[in-house]
Formats: sequence, structure tokens, C-alpha cells
Amino acid sequence: MKPPAAKPASPSTRAIRVVPSSGPTAWLTSFTAAAMTFLCVFALALSLASGRLADRWSDALARTATIRLSAPAEQVQVQTDAILLVLSTTPGIASYQAIDDDDTRALLEPWFGPDLPIESLPIPRLFEVVEAVPGYDSEGLRNRLTAEAPGAILDDHTRWRRPLAEAAARLRFLGLLSIALIGATMAAMITLAARAALATNIEVIRVLRLVGAKDSYIARAFVRRFTLRAFGGAMVGAVAGLAGVAALPAADAAGGFLTGLGFTGAGWLWPMALPPIAALVAFVATRRAAFQKLRELT
Amino acid sequence: MESTADVPLVKPSRPLSVKETTVIAFENVAYSYSGSELLADVSLRLAPGSFHFLTGPSGSGKSTFLKLAYAELRPTTGRVTLFDRDVTSLSRDDVARTRRRIGIVHQDCRFLDHMTLGANMALPFTVSDRESDPKELDELLGWVGLSHLSGALPPQLSGGERQRAALARAVIVDPDVILADEPTGNVDWEMSLKILTLLVELNRMGKTIVVATHDLNLIRQAKAQVQTRVLRIAKHRVQLAGADL
Repeated sequence: MKPPAAKPASPSTRAIRVVPSSGPTAWLTSFTAAAMTFLCVFALALSLASGRLADRWSDALARTATIRLSAPAEQVQVQTDAILLVLSTTPGIASYQAIDDDDTRALLEPWFGPDLPIESLPIPRLFEVVEAVPGYDSEGLRNRLTAEAPGAILDDHTRWRRPLAEAAARLRFLGLLSIALIGATMAAMITLAARAALATNIEVIRVLRLVGAKDSYIARAFVRRFTLRAFGGAMVGAVAGLAGVAALPAADAAGGFLTGLGFTGAGWLWPMALPPIAALVAFVATRRAAFQKLRELT
Repeated sequence: MESTADVPLVKPSRPLSVKETTVIAFENVAYSYSGSELLADVSLRLAPGSFHFLTGPSGSGKSTFLKLAYAELRPTTGRVTLFDRDVTSLSRDDVARTRRRIGIVHQDCRFLDHMTLGANMALPFTVSDRESDPKELDELLGWVGLSHLSGALPPQLSGGERQRAALARAVIVDPDVILADEPTGNVDWEMSLKILTLLVELNRMGKTIVVATHDLNLIRQAKAQVQTRVLRIAKHRVQLAGADL
């Protein structure tokens, strides 16, 4: 019986061959890496979407306010002038403008269509106010408007948007925390699998030690195998996760937060960073477990 | 106990370091496991190129002696030195490096069953990240009569073939010492003689040989071919056996 012609193999490749490839730990490691990476893709999508939402709401917070004027027709122009005068003399206001009928029609168009007879409807007159740094005294402005233009109502909507922006920021933090927890769980699972593999292959380890293998060599054989398995599993998980995210409805279609749970532009590349990270986690976890187990076996 | 004085030294195939005068030395060594004493007050020196048999009844501590001699176990008390280095001072990597100078043959012939015989034979090279010479490997397999089985898996081999393969693997990296634990325990007399012939041949090449066995016929056969010393383990102690063996 002649051996087949052997191909030259690198030391690392030869090292990996000394450990049998079969066993339940192989499947467990690949499956864990795939499942955890799949979840990680969604956690990442959640985190990025939350980030975009937080940014959007933060932008909206950019010191804007609206004054709404509801007055009898004969009073509108008088109170409009009064409002503009008040705004022109209020410190802390960067700019202001009265929104004309065309802009008002454009604002209402998504709800009422393009043919809204805006002139014949009792639609309030709107004023956009942009706050300077430092800002204006909103209570003082509100009091002056009440005195000079009784039909004017100051709506500084930034006040109610701030908690939403904070909630979005926390959601982003939770997404990142989820990724960290998923990574830690994967490390724990791979550690258990590595320890099980080392225990299963105790005879292999004895033989290797008998012929003069150092702990680093034995560990390398296991670490390399587990790292490759984790990388392969994570690739499958990442691709499946990306497919899942891609299958979600487009954000533009409905404009809601859940439909915006996806990646945009270069964000689609982020999940591809997960397999190398999973491999790194597996490398560190297996190496630590291997050296620990090898010390115990002495 | 000194057992080296009148042993003729054969020039080792690979000279030992200038400083190394003893390959294995035990000084007042005792070994206990779970409170039970297995070896006590063992003192001896094995000179380069010597051939020793280690005999005694089953459970007398022969395997323990050998495990101490290749640093698988550390003595409970006393000192074991390998190539003039105290084993207690050896790091884990040092132990691994030292084992590359010691060929170990077990009765149960430990192999990696998922690798071919050829790959198993090359294992001492593999674990030290060195390339084995295929020609040398073939020659070694031929020396033990297993050239035709280099592609076979260990479970496909007979007991005698496994023993010879284990011996070949033990010598592939040209070690200074061969420690064999009951190498003929599972084979018939004819195969025992073949294995003994290989061991004698290795000793003539300068290797230090220690064979643990309870087969007195094998020892007599060896004494007819090469100068050997017989160490007997009795009552936890190692004694130089009489010349009547």
C-alpha cells in the first residue's frame, strides 16, 4: 500500500490536520457563529437606523420654531405685521419668515392634494423662526406675541422632539450593547465547544505531547480549526442577515421607523466586518480555553 | 545506585553536549500518588549508549519510572535530571524540547488513528514545524518492514506492526534515548525477537535504551547480543538485578 503523493503543506495546515475534523463541536461552532452573526446583522441594522433617526431628530431640533396665526380675515395682516415686528426686535432670533400661500400649499399637499383652495379655507398663517445661539426667551416671546398679536401661538416643537431624539440615541446604544452581548455569548459558546473538543481529543493531545509537541503547537491546531469554522459560519450568518434586511420594505415606501431598519450606502458593508470579528472572537476564546485546558491536563 | 560503571560507551550517533555526561539520573527519587507510594529512594545514572532492562511484576512501578524519565511525572521528592537538567527547572516548552531527544514506545502504541502510518511516523517532525524527508521516512519504514503500509491507517495494523511502527516513530528524529514500555507485551515471540533486534541495532548505533519488560526470556536473549544491565523494581525500590537473568 503506497501513500498518495503528498502535497507540500504549510506548518499551520499540517498542525490543523493533527486534530480530527469530525465531531459535534465542529457543527456547534459553525452554527453558533452563523446564528450569532445573523442576529448581529439585525442588531447592527437597528443601531444604524436608530443613529440615523437620532441624527434626523437632532437636526430637526436645530432651533426652529413655528408661529401659527389664527385670526379673523380683517385682522390677519395687522397681526402679521405685529408678529414680524415682535420677531425683529426679539434678541436670540437668527432669522424668521412668514410662510406664503405657495409654501403652505406645498406643506399640505401630501394630505390634501395639489388642488387645495387655500384662499377659501381658514388655514392659519405660519411663521418659521430660527433660533440664534444663545437662543431667545421663549416665555418672553410668547407673552409679547399674546400682547401684540392675540391670534399667534408659538410652537417651539423642539421641546417635544428632544425626548424622542434621546430615545433614539438610547436605542442606538441598546443596539450596540446587543452586539456586544451577542459577541460575548458567541465567545462563551465557542469556549465551551473548544473545551469539549479538547476533552474529546485527549488521546490526540497525549500522542502529540509524547512526540514533543509544545502547548503552543497543540493550541494552534485547535485555534486554527475553530477560527476557520467560526469565520465560515459567520460568513453564512452575515449573508443570510443581509438578505433578511434587504427583504425588508424600503424606507421610502412608508417612511416609518421599522421600514427604515436597514442599511444605506456604505452601511451595507458593515455586516461584512462581522465574520473577521467573529473569527477574532473565536481565536481569542479558543486560544484562552486551549491553554487553560492544556495546563489542567498536566 | 550506580549502574553505568562497566557499561561500554558506544559513540552516540549524535554527540551529546560537551557538558552532558548523563542522559537520565535519579537522585533519591520517590513518587507517591494519592498517598500511595509507588517508588521510593531511587538513585541511578544512565550513561549515554547504555542498554538497560527494567523488570518487575505488574504494578511494581515500571511505567511510573519511565514516566519520570521522560518528565510526564514529577518526583514527589528527590531529583530527576534529563541531559543534566533538573526536570523541576524545565518549563513546559523545555519538557517538549527534551522529549524530542527521547523516543518513547508504549505498549499500547499511541497513534493518531485519523492519519496514515506515514503521517504518524512523521509526527515528531510535524510538531516541531520541520519537514520530514520522504526518502528517510521510506528507509525507516523499510527498516521496520512496513514500507508497504505507509498509507494504511493505524487501526488497520496488527499488534506487531504497530509496535514496529511505534519504534520507528520513536527514532525518526534521531533521539539520544529510547524508552520502551513493554514493547513486546502484545506480540508473539518471533515478533518480540524482531523488535529486540531493532533495539539492539539502535543501541549499537549509540542510542541509550531502557526497556521495561517482565519477559525474562527476552532479557536473556538480549544479553546474548549486547551488554545490558537489568534493573529490578521490588517493594518500590529499584535494584540492580543479579547476573543470572
